[in-house]
Amino acid sequence: MKRILSGNEAVARGAWEAGCSIASGYPGTPSTEIMETFARYPNVYAEWATNEKVGLDVAIGAAYAGKRAISTMKHVGLNVAADALFYVAMTGVEAGLVIVSADDPSMHSSQNEQDNRQFAKFSRIPCLDPADSQEARDFTIAAFDLSERFDTPVMLRMTTRVCHTSSPVEVTEQQQQIPEKGKYPRNPAKYVMIPVNARRRHPVIEARVSELSRFAENFPYNRIEYRSKNLGIITGGVAYQYAREVFPDASILKLGMVYPLPADMIRKFSESVERVIVLEELDPFIEDQVRLMGIDLYKPANPINSDFSHTKSIFPITGELNPAIVRHAAYQAGLLNVDIKQEPTNLTIPLPARPPTLCPGCPHRSSFYVLSKLKVSVNGDIGCYTLGITPPLSTIDTCGCMGASIGVAHGAAVAGDQERHVAVIGDSTFFHTGIPALINVAYNRSNVITIIMDNRVTGMTGHQDNPGTGFTLQNQATMELEIEKLVLACGIEKVLTVEAYQVDVIEKTLKQWMKEDGPAVLITREECALLPSARKRYLALQVTDQCNGCTVCFRIGCPAILKSEELDPKYHRPLAIIDQELCTGCEICAQVCPRDAILFRDQVSALRKSEEG
Amino acid sequence: MDIKRLKNNYPNGINFLLTGVGGQGTILASNVLADLGMDLGFDVKKAEIHGMSQRGGNVISYIRWGEHVYSPIITKGEADIILAFEKLEALRSIEQINPGGLILINDYSIVPVTVSSGLSTYPEDENIQESLQKFTSNVYWVKGQGIAEQIGYPKASNVVLLGALTALLEIDPKIVLRVIATRIAQKYYAFNEQAFTTGFQSIQK
Ligand SMILES: Cc1ncc(C[n+]2csc(CCOP(=O)(O)OP(=O)(O)O)c2C)c(N)n1
Ligand code: SF4
Ligand code: SF4
Repeated sequence: MKRILSGNEAVARGAWEAGCSIASGYPGTPSTEIMETFARYPNVYAEWATNEKVGLDVAIGAAYAGKRAISTMKHVGLNVAADALFYVAMTGVEAGLVIVSADDPSMHSSQNEQDNRQFAKFSRIPCLDPADSQEARDFTIAAFDLSERFDTPVMLRMTTRVCHTSSPVEVTEQQQQIPEKGKYPRNPAKYVMIPVNARRRHPVIEARVSELSRFAENFPYNRIEYRSKNLGIITGGVAYQYAREVFPDASILKLGMVYPLPADMIRKFSESVERVIVLEELDPFIEDQVRLMGIDLYKPANPINSDFSHTKSIFPITGELNPAIVRHAAYQAGLLNVDIKQEPTNLTIPLPARPPTLCPGCPHRSSFYVLSKLKVSVNGDIGCYTLGITPPLSTIDTCGCMGASIGVAHGAAVAGDQERHVAVIGDSTFFHTGIPALINVAYNRSNVITIIMDNRVTGMTGHQDNPGTGFTLQNQATMELEIEKLVLACGIEKVLTVEAYQVDVIEKTLKQWMKEDGPAVLITREECALLPSARKRYLALQVTDQCNGCTVCFRIGCPAILKSEELDPKYHRPLAIIDQELCTGCEICAQVCPRDAILFRDQVSALRKSEEG
Repeated sequence: MDIKRLKNNYPNGINFLLTGVGGQGTILASNVLADLGMDLGFDVKKAEIHGMSQRGGNVISYIRWGEHVYSPIITKGEADIILAFEKLEALRSIEQINPGGLILINDYSIVPVTVSSGLSTYPEDENIQESLQKFTSNVYWVKGQGIAEQIGYPKASNVVLLGALTALLEIDPKIVLRVIATRIAQKYYAFNEQAFTTGFQSIQK
C-alpha cells in the first residue's frame, strides 16, 4: 500500500516494520518528527533522553540487551553523542542499532553546517544516505539488517530536504518478529573497552570496513543507471534528485551506502563513461575517496571561479544544493551549454524582512527587556530565547551551542573581564548540558549570574516534554524535576524563582545581585505562551487615551503592539495600539508603560463588564 | 472533471508554491494539494521548511505533481502556480513564478515586527500590484480572509484559496472536498466546506 510520508515519518515506519522496539533521542530540527511518529506505534518504547549522548547510550544498552534500537538526533547532536558513537563502533552490538543523524545543509535551523558522513568514516561504521521517503523507509530496514550482519552500528544520514519532503511510500502492514535473545551478554573481551580489549577490537573494526566495502559491491541500493555514456555521475543522498533533474540523459551511479564505497563498482562505472563527475551536497566526501582510488574525475577546462575550488571540483561546498545551483555550476564547468535563465525581471521594491521573533506573550521577553536596560553582557544559549538577539531587545552577545552559555560566561569571569556576565539558558538546555557547567561555576567560584528561563517545555523544536514537565514522550505521567533544588545541589547558594512576567521583580533582583559578588541563579518561570493551557488564559489588553506615543512599550518588541495611524496631538508621535487577535494579556507592556495607558487584565475585564452591563 | 485537460495544459506536471505566515494554515493547504495530486494519479513531492515559522516567520512549501518528480525544491522561474496567503509573502516569492504563471493572493496583510517597530515600511497595494504584473498577468486576488471571517471561521482563508484554485484548474470540487475532509477534524468540516465553496464561487462568477 502506498502512503504519503515525510522522510522522518518513513524512517519511523521503517524502524517499526523492522521490529525495532526501543528508541531514544533528543529533539532537534530536522530530526524531531522521527521520534514523535515512532512513539505512536504499537509495541514500542520511545523516550526523550536528556541529551543525545544519553539517548545513544540508551539505544546502545537496548541493542546490547538484544532489542533492535534506534537513536535520533540532528547533526550537532552527534557531536554531543560522539563519545558513545566511538565506543559502540568498537564493541558492536547484539541486536541492530541504527543511529540517525539529520544534517541541515544551509542551516535552516541550526548553528553550524557539518557533513556527518564524515563521522561514519571517522568511527568506521557504514552510512546509508536516502534520497527520498521510500528510500528512508527501505534504508532504515536495511540498516538494521546490516547492523546485525556486520556487528556494527549503522548511521542513517538524513538531510533537511529528505526529512521534510513527503512522497508516496510503499509500506507493509507487518512488523518483523525479532527472535528473543538469550541472556544478557557476558562478553568482556567485546563489551568492556579497557585498553587491553580495545586494542584487540581495533583491528576487528578495520577489517569490518574492508568486508563492508566488498559487500557494497553487490548491495542492491548501490546501483548503476546507464543512459548516455557521454557523462557519468556518481552521487548519493538528495543530490541524486538534482542529478536526474538537471542531467536527465546522464548515466548515474547511485550510492545508497556512501561509506564504505564499492571500489570496483566505481572503477567499472568510471571506465564505462567518457567523463565522470561526483555530485554531492556539502563536503567532497565521495569525491575525495574516489580520487584516492586513482580515478580521473572530469576537470573543467577553465578553473571554476569559486573560493573553494581547491576543495571541491565543481559544485559548492557550502549550503544546500538545488537544481538551479547544480545547473549553474555545471554550466560554469562546461558540462552544460545553457545556464539558468538569467532573470529578465527582478523584484525592484524593497521588502520588509519577516524575521522570527519571540511570540506575543512569550515569558522570555521580560528578562530580555530588563537585560537590555541594564546593558550587561549576556552569554546566550540555544532555544527560543536566542531570539533575544532580535531588535529592539538586541541583548545577546554570544551563542554557540547548547549548554555553552554558562561556561562561556565563566570563562569571561575568570579571564577578569570588566563586565559582569549573565548567562541565559532554557530549561531543556539546562538539563541537556547546562548542569555540569553550573557545577563548574560553583566549584571554581566565579561570579556568573545565570538566568534559567523555565517555560515548562522544550519550545524551539516544537514543544516537546522534558524532565521538568511531568510527562514522557509517550505521555506517561512522571516526576517534575525541581530546578531550584537541583541548582542548590550544584553548589549555588543564591537561588531565586520568580514569575517570568514580573518585570519589576526581575529588575530589582538582578540590580541587587550585580552589586553583590558570587554566583547566583535566577529561575524565571512561566509556561510558554503557545501551550494549550496558556492559550486558555488569553485576554487581549487595551490602550487608553492616556497614551502619548512615548515608545517605551515598543521597546519590548512584542508583535502585538503596533504603531497606529493616529498621532499624539502634542508630540506628533504614533500612538500604540494592541492587536486584539495577537495579544495574550501577559501584561509586560502594561508594566513598562510609564503613563499607565495600557489596562491590566482585571481592568480590561472590569471595563468589558461595565460595557456589557 | 477533466484530468486529461489538466495534463494537456500542464504537460510537465504542476509546480505549486505555497507561502504564508506561521499560523495561516499553509501546511494544511499543502497537505491537501499533495493528497489531491496522488488521487489524480500523479507522482507527488511536497517539501516544506518550517524551522522557525511558529515564531512569526514565513512558511513556504513546494508541491510538485508530475509523471515522475525528482527534485523536491523548485527555484527561480519554476513555479506554475503560487498560492499566497499574505500579500507581502506573495511578493517575496514572486521571482519563483514562471512567466505567465498563475498566482492567487489572499487579500490580507500581516504586519511583520520590522514594520510595526518602524524599521521598515509595508509596501503599498499599488506597488504590490505593479510588481506582480511584471512577472505575470495571471493574478487573482481572493478575499480569503474576508470570506473566512464572514462565515465565522477566520482560520479558513487557506481553504477559501483552495476553493478558488479548484475553480481555476477546473477540478471537480467534490474530489477536493473529499481530500479536505480527511485532513481536518470532523467538527470543523462544515466551516471548511462553506469556505471552500465560497472561494470556488468567487472565481466562477
Ligand atoms: C546538540 C543540540 N541538540 C539539539 C538542538 C536543537 N535545539 C535547539 S533549541 C532546543 C531546545 C531548547 O529548549 P529550551 O532550552 O527549553 O528553550 P525554549 O526553546 O523552550 O525557550 C533544541 C533541542 C541543538 N541546537 N543542539
Ligand atoms: S514558542 Fe513559547 S517560548 Fe518560544 S518564543 Fe513563543 S512563547 Fe516564547
Ligand atoms: S500584554 Fe502587551 S506584551 Fe503581552 S502580548 Fe499583549 S501586547 Fe504583547
